[in-house]
Amino acid sequence: MIVTILDVVIAGLLLGGLYALIAMGLSLQYGVARVLNISHGEFIMLGGMTTWTLFTVFGLNPLLSLVVCGPLAFLLGFIIHRTLFKRLLSSSASPGIFESNSMLASFGLLFIIQNLASIYWGPEIRAYSYLRFPISLAGALFGANRLVTLGVALVIGLAFYLFVARTRLGKAIRAAAQDPATAGLMGVNINTVLALCFGLGAALAAIAGVLISISYPVNTSMGMEYTIIAIIVVVLGGLGSIPGSFIGGFLLGVVGSIVIYIDPLLSLAAYYLIFIVLLLVRPTGIMGK
Amino acid sequence: MLLVVLLLLAGLPRFASLYNVVLVTSILMYIILTQSWVLFSGPTGYMSLATAAFFGVGIYTAAILGWKLPLPVVIVTAGLLSSLLALVVGALTLRLRGIYFIIFTLGLVELIKNVVLWHAIKFTGARGRFVVLVDNNTIYYLMLFILVVLLLTTYLIRRSRYGLAMRSIGEDEEAAAHVGVNVTMVKVITFAISASFMGAVGAIIATRWTYIDPYIAFKSLYSFMPVLMAIFGGMGQLYGPILGAAVFAYLEEVLITKFPYYYMLLFGVILLVTILYLPDGLVGLVQRLRRGGWARGQHANT
Amino acid sequence: MPILEGEGLTKHFGGLAAVSRVDFSVEEGEIVGLIGPNGAGKTTLFNLISGALVPKEGTVRFQDRKINGLKPHRICRMGLARTFQSVKVFPNMPVFENVLLGSLFGTSGGMSSADAAGEAEKALEFVGLSALSSIPAKDLTLANQKRVEVASALATQPELLLLDEMMAGLNATEVAEAMELAGRIHDRGITVFMIEHVMRAIMNVCDRIMVLHHGEKIAEGTPQEIAASKTVIEVYLGE
Repeated sequence: MIVTILDVVIAGLLLGGLYALIAMGLSLQYGVARVLNISHGEFIMLGGMTTWTLFTVFGLNPLLSLVVCGPLAFLLGFIIHRTLFKRLLSSSASPGIFESNSMLASFGLLFIIQNLASIYWGPEIRAYSYLRFPISLAGALFGANRLVTLGVALVIGLAFYLFVARTRLGKAIRAAAQDPATAGLMGVNINTVLALCFGLGAALAAIAGVLISISYPVNTSMGMEYTIIAIIVVVLGGLGSIPGSFIGGFLLGVVGSIVIYIDPLLSLAAYYLIFIVLLLVRPTGIMGK
Repeated sequence: MLLVVLLLLAGLPRFASLYNVVLVTSILMYIILTQSWVLFSGPTGYMSLATAAFFGVGIYTAAILGWKLPLPVVIVTAGLLSSLLALVVGALTLRLRGIYFIIFTLGLVELIKNVVLWHAIKFTGARGRFVVLVDNNTIYYLMLFILVVLLLTTYLIRRSRYGLAMRSIGEDEEAAAHVGVNVTMVKVITFAISASFMGAVGAIIATRWTYIDPYIAFKSLYSFMPVLMAIFGGMGQLYGPILGAAVFAYLEEVLITKFPYYYMLLFGVILLVTILYLPDGLVGLVQRLRRGGWARGQHANT
Repeated sequence: MPILEGEGLTKHFGGLAAVSRVDFSVEEGEIVGLIGPNGAGKTTLFNLISGALVPKEGTVRFQDRKINGLKPHRICRMGLARTFQSVKVFPNMPVFENVLLGSLFGTSGGMSSADAAGEAEKALEFVGLSALSSIPAKDLTLANQKRVEVASALATQPELLLLDEMMAGLNATEVAEAMELAGRIHDRGITVFMIEHVMRAIMNVCDRIMVLHHGEKIAEGTPQEIAASKTVIEVYLGE
């Protein structure tokens, strides 16, 4: 009995850690850069699939893939923002128009990235075996890969959260999220900050993807479901609140783990039920105003 | 002009090959999906991504009921079920800011797919279902009929006080509320009407596919395509989305046969190019050409 | 019994109290003015009355029925109409359609299309815009756009009309015309509650004036009493 509870709790924390990462990434992109990035899940997918390739072809330790995929995704996100979204920003007549145009543009990105990935990797489901030995905890056995993933997710999530809350750059980001115009006047290079945030968001997604691939199988169409989960967590935590996404991620992860224990196919339905209740009762979310 | 086109379309199966009838049926389907999307999302400015959900509901209605009931009844039922779903979704989300609506409709397709899959595996043991067979000409005429009904509906709504209310909501929702427009109700009802056409079309096309499963019926692609087609065609004029859908649907057929592995990529590129360089779509292009073309550069872009 | 009364109205934005425990009442047939420095909470008070915002505390009663918490379209159909400080017209729609919306949707009984069209024409005539009825609202001058807004509000057949800074941005001639319009509205038996910054307009047109400052009501009385009030003068000079 205790084993089962522990199992569900650990799975919940693992799921929660992953959800927190992807939600914080999306929160950065939407909260600061004001882009509802529908292609967010594709960066997760890229992280996972790249790790698979690096492991099976080059034997690269997936934890080291973090160091490869994270910065690469950051660069990709940064460049995409500088070229595509910055251009949209200047050609959009109002913030509202920019929001819809940038979302549509992210559709375009979704199509492009997913198609390129399918061409390169094909549609098959991929998995690899890393740290798949059991560790004994409180008299029960748990996969080492899942424990390690959980630990890394927690560490990165906390580190990122502290980064936004405590550092100067983090303050600049929060200022830009609150009021881009004023932040610009106070010496914050707004364009760089926006691109930075978009890149960081992509990096977080890729990192989550790497971690996901350690414990779960991956394939080129896995992105959409994660995008939706990220969005639900972001709304749950409060649109634009990074701490909210962190907390919301864990909440949803624990719920998800419980539901998966009951019936694996119903997790998304459970999340949507929470989403519906949220919209009915408190659309602004946990930390929203 | 429209009448001529409709008459030509009516006579198509007589003189065209089977391949062309099937092709035009697909094009008509996309036109209906796009135009019904525009019916709601155009005037109100709320971008719905639920098209695939309503479309899928229609498909499954045909799969489940097609064996037991005559086809017209099935189609009407599909339309009703889709509008019921739309009423629920609309009542839930249309009273909130637009972003919540977009987000909710985006995930709706995945949600329904998962639920249907769960149900199929748990209760029927099989992932998919077979759909009753209908001949291609019947399918074609049914599609054409729905298109005519849709065009008629669009026209009547536009002319009515109802269409006036919808336009006012798109211009300034708060002002509309303050002159007495029941904003939420208008939005929800329009949403339901547009969904009914999507469901009807899904029911019709399912009979051509003959075998369906949750992955086939509930594809996010069918939510994105009408948006892409409407923007590509241009939302500035009434004929824009229809033109966009026609051109794009034809392009899709060509691309899928020639580049089956690249077509999504090309769609994405076309979407990006359209948003960046052709924000008014084909309609904008036509208007610019009418005003004297790029080469002369005398007329400023509006 | 007053046609409109508010009791203990409070509204917060974040930590700031925009409106704080405001009581007021407006008698039928009056023209009441609402003044105060920028940021005093005047428009917020109007938003609480018209249903655009929900009060944190307090009640609003219109014709002795509680209206706080109702949606704006319901309040409008009950006979309470308003204009906005930022001139909300429907920019791409012709003037006539702007006003037609009011007569079609905003009246308590609902009308046939023909009757509504007739009412809209009458409202347009009343504000003097009949000649411009087919022009898109965005192409009008500011003064005329404000008239369109007033016409739309009048088309809903209100008993009470909230006017939010009807004279902002108008030149001297236009202000005089607006004052005359307000007077004619009053003559029709419609109660008027107006926010204004243009002092001479308020002083000349209103029966009574209320003063808000930092979200609280600090004074109330006839124009003469308000003009002589030390509290009010300090508040404005201190600005």
